Amino acid sequence: MSQTRSPYTDEQMEKIIGNLLRIGVIIAAAMVFIGGVLYLIHYGTISPDYRVFRGEPSDLRRLSGIVTDTFSLRSRGIIQLGLLLLIATPVARVVFSVFGFALQRDYTYVIVTLIVLGVLIYSLAGGHL
Amino acid sequence: MNTIEFTILIWVGSLAAGFLGSLTGLGGGVVIIPLLTLVFGVDIRYAIGASLVSVIATSSGAAAAYVKEGYSNIRIGMFLEIATTFGALVGAFIAAIIPTTAIAVIFGIVLIYSAYLSSRPRREPLGNDDPDPIATRLKMDGSYPTPQGSQSYHVHGIPAGFSLMFIAGTLSGLLGIGSGAVKVLAMDQFMRIPFKVSTTTSNFMIGVTAAASAGVYLNRGYIDPGLAMPVMLGVLLGSLLGTHVLVSAKTQLLRIIFSIVIVVLAIEMIYNGLTGRL
Repeated sequence: MSQTRSPYTDEQMEKIIGNLLRIGVIIAAAMVFIGGVLYLIHYGTISPDYRVFRGEPSDLRRLSGIVTDTFSLRSRGIIQLGLLLLIATPVARVVFSVFGFALQRDYTYVIVTLIVLGVLIYSLAGGHL
Repeated sequence: MNTIEFTILIWVGSLAAGFLGSLTGLGGGVVIIPLLTLVFGVDIRYAIGASLVSVIATSSGAAAAYVKEGYSNIRIGMFLEIATTFGALVGAFIAAIIPTTAIAVIFGIVLIYSAYLSSRPRREPLGNDDPDPIATRLKMDGSYPTPQGSQSYHVHGIPAGFSLMFIAGTLSGLLGIGSGAVKVLAMDQFMRIPFKVSTTTSNFMIGVTAAASAGVYLNRGYIDPGLAMPVMLGVLLGSLLGTHVLVSAKTQLLRIIFSIVIVVLAIEMIYNGLTGRL
């Protein structure tokens, strides 16, 4: 962008967002790793079976259940919370962009970004058509 | 095989998949799913869940590096994400309806097509001088840094690009892959966006698209922590290594070898799908 319409240019916005994403991924990976070590200590010697699809238990499908499991230091819950945090990083990017475009007073893109955010929230909230 | 051995093997496989995926630009997901299903006998639904998570990790992990170079165009990306996220939702819903054997067959076909797309030499789009009225109104035109200074570009073919992005999103949601090859095709061929811009913008869109279907899959119980853990950690590390090598290494031979591997995996996916084994 050659003209600066506001204190926030697209490049500055992108830089902040890029760092935000990196931090999100690092924290998520660390949580998954810690949960993974606990998981292997607990379940390491039994043999895994992914041949038949059963679906995850209901506590590992919802945010509330995952948080409860994490606080009870259940390894699978900790990994799942890390994965949820990872899924949240692109969502955070979209949220941040809403503010970025609002600061630039670019309302077309505020609306565009809100539509994308709406789809993401719908999906994360359970997604029923 | 106990869980420790299984986890280590999956981690090593995912590391290789992430490395090759980023080296060739195909992404880790396209190798992870055949690896998990064909080699380790994992149900394709668990494989899709784990792959989606790794796709997000790769996209968000690489974003910081891409952003620094100043190529990606957030407006193009955000606008097209309307198409990809709606597509991703549609894909995730189709996945619940059709049999897993059909998913395996579609996966194989998409895999071959993606390998074909990424093996073709990319030509920098021509005739990029006249502005397009829709792109102008959406303020999509931009510029990117080159050794000769800032190079400006115009964006074209937005309706066609938008439609193709919807398909890319649907495939991503249905198969648990990033569909980077289709995204780049839409931006290169139809929208005539310069490579560097289309590659980095595509990476940025992949994460958001995958997040849209990951929510649905999480709620449906497809994302298993024990399986997704080594896949995510492996692909993330592998793809970060891949992006560092990308700059220097001669990748032509690797690309050819990888393409052959992809086609073999794809045929096996289709065969197993048709014979009802996946």
